[in-house]
Amino acid sequence: MGVRIEQTALPGIGVRYDIVTGSGRRIGVVVRRGTDDRELVIASRNDPDSCLASIPLTDDEADALAEILSASMIASQLSQLAEGIAGLFTEQIALGSSSPYVGRRLGDTKARTRTKASIVAVLRGGQVIPTPGPEFAFQANDVVVAVGTRTGVDGVADILAGRR
Amino acid sequence: MHGGTLLVQIGAVLFSLALLGRLAKKAGLSPIPLYLLAGLAFGQGGLVRLEASAEFLAIGAEIGVILLLVMLGLEYSADELVGNLKRSAGVGVLDAALNALPGAAMALLLGWGPVAAVVLAGVTWVSSSGVIAKVINDLGRLGNRETPSILSILVIEDLAMAFYLPLLTALLAGRGLSGGALALVVAVAAVGAVLVVATRYGSTVSALVAADERESLLLGVFGLTVLVAGVAQQLQVSAAVGAFLVGIALSDQVAHHAARLLEPLRDLFAAVFFVVFGLITNPRDIPPYLLPAVALAAVTIATKVYTGYLAATRAGIAVPGRWRAGLTLTPRGEFSIVIAGLAATSAAVEPEIAPLATAYVLITVVCGPLLARLPDAAWFRRRVMRVDTVPR
Repeated sequence: MGVRIEQTALPGIGVRYDIVTGSGRRIGVVVRRGTDDRELVIASRNDPDSCLASIPLTDDEADALAEILSASMIASQLSQLAEGIAGLFTEQIALGSSSPYVGRRLGDTKARTRTKASIVAVLRGGQVIPTPGPEFAFQANDVVVAVGTRTGVDGVADILAGRR
Repeated sequence: MHGGTLLVQIGAVLFSLALLGRLAKKAGLSPIPLYLLAGLAFGQGGLVRLEASAEFLAIGAEIGVILLLVMLGLEYSADELVGNLKRSAGVGVLDAALNALPGAAMALLLGWGPVAAVVLAGVTWVSSSGVIAKVINDLGRLGNRETPSILSILVIEDLAMAFYLPLLTALLAGRGLSGGALALVVAVAAVGAVLVVATRYGSTVSALVAADERESLLLGVFGLTVLVAGVAQQLQVSAAVGAFLVGIALSDQVAHHAARLLEPLRDLFAAVFFVVFGLITNPRDIPPYLLPAVALAAVTIATKVYTGYLAATRAGIAVPGRWRAGLTLTPRGEFSIVIAGLAATSAAVEPEIAPLATAYVLITVVCGPLLARLPDAAWFRRRVMRVDTVPR
C-alpha cells in the first residue's frame, strides 16, 4: 500500500526496479533483458547509491523468495487477527512431502474434533486458499494456517506430521 | 601453393590468442591489450612475420569491425536510443567537447593536419562500452544508482559514432569538408530513417530474418548485416555504420537470439581485428610517441572522470557515486581502435597516428579498470571523497 516501485532503464543491459523502505534502505531487482536472469541488490545504508550485495537468482530461487515474502505477509495479517484475543495463537505449519496427509482430504485429519483448533487457510504456491472445507485435498509443500490454543495448534502440527 | 603455411599461420595466431585470452582472464584484464600486443609481436618489425595469411586476416578484421558494430546495435533497442538522446543530449555534448578536443589539440601540437586532428579527437572521445560493461559487472555495481548515468553516456557515444564514422570516412577519402558534410547528411537521414522504422515497424524488419532454426537465423542476420555494410561502404558511408543500423533495426526477441548466436563469431573476428591493427603498427615506431600518449591519456582520463562526475551530479547522485561514475568511464577500447584502424589505411593522415593510438589505448584500457576500483579503497574514500566510513 503506497509503496512506490521505481523503474530505471539500464540501456544495453535491462531494467532495475527499486523500492525504498520506511527505514530508508533501498532494495532492488535487476532484470537482464531477454533472459530470466535477475539479481537481487541491497543498497548500502550510508551510501544508498551503491550496493552492498548483488545476488543472482535463478527462476526457482526468485519464486521461492517471493513465496516466502508473500506468505509471511499473509501470516502477519492473520496473526494480527488473533492478537486481540488472549490465549489464541496462529501458526503456520508446513506440510512436508513425508506427511501422511499429502494427497488426502482435510476432513481426514479430524483436526477440529481432536484439537479444537481450526484450519483457517492454506498457502499454496504464493496463493491463499481461505477457509478450506473438509473436501479440500492437501499437496506437498502446502502451508497450513491454524488458529487455536497453544496445545491446539501444536496438536494440529503433530497430526499433520503424522505424530498423532 | 602456400595452403599449408596459410593454415599453420592462422591456426598459430588464433591459438596464441586463446592462451593470451586465458592469461587476461586470470589477471582480471580485458583481453584487448594483449591482442594488440600480440599483433605488434607478429607484425612488421615484430618477432614473427605473417605474410601468407595477411590477406585472410585483413578480411577477418573487416568482418570483425562489422560484427563489433552489429552487436552494439543489437544491445540497444531503438526506443532506448531515442529516449537517451532526449534525456542525455546535454551530457553527450559535454562529453564530446571535454574528451574529443584534447585529442584534436594533441594532433595539432604534433604538427599533424586537420584530418589527423579529427581522427585523434574520435580516439580520445569514445569510451569502451565493452570494457566498461564488464567492469560494472565484475565490481557488482549493476544495481548502483550511478550506473544508468554511465550507461547513457556510452549509449550517446555509440550513437554519435553513427554520425562521426561517415564524416571521418569522407575526410579520409580526401573528399574534403563538403564531402564530409554530405556524408553527415546521409548518415543523419539514414539513422533517422532506421530509428523511425525500428520503433514503428521493428517486428516487420525482424520477420525478414526471423527463423525457428538457429542456423537460418545466424545466416540471415549475418548475411543481412554484411550485405547492408557492403552497400553502405559502396555509398561511401562506412560499412561499420551500416552494420550498427542493422543491429538497431532488429528488435526484441530476434535481436536477443541473434546476439547470442553472433557473440562467438564476434569474439573470434574482433580478436583478429585487434591483432591486425597491431600488425600494421610497427612496434619500433611506438617509443617516440610514448610520452605524448601518456600525456594524452592523463589529460583525457581526467576529462572523462569529470564528465562522469558531472553526469552523476545531474542525476542527483551523492559524492561517492559521482566518483564511481567518473572513474569507471576512463577506458578507451574497441571504437578507438576502429577509428585509428580506418585512419591507418588512409593516405590522408600521418601514419604515426597508429603507434600513438596503440600506446594510448593500451594505457587507458589497462589503467581504466584499476581506476574504477579506486572508490572502494579506504584511503581514497577518506582523502578524496571525504567519506569516513566503509559502506554498510
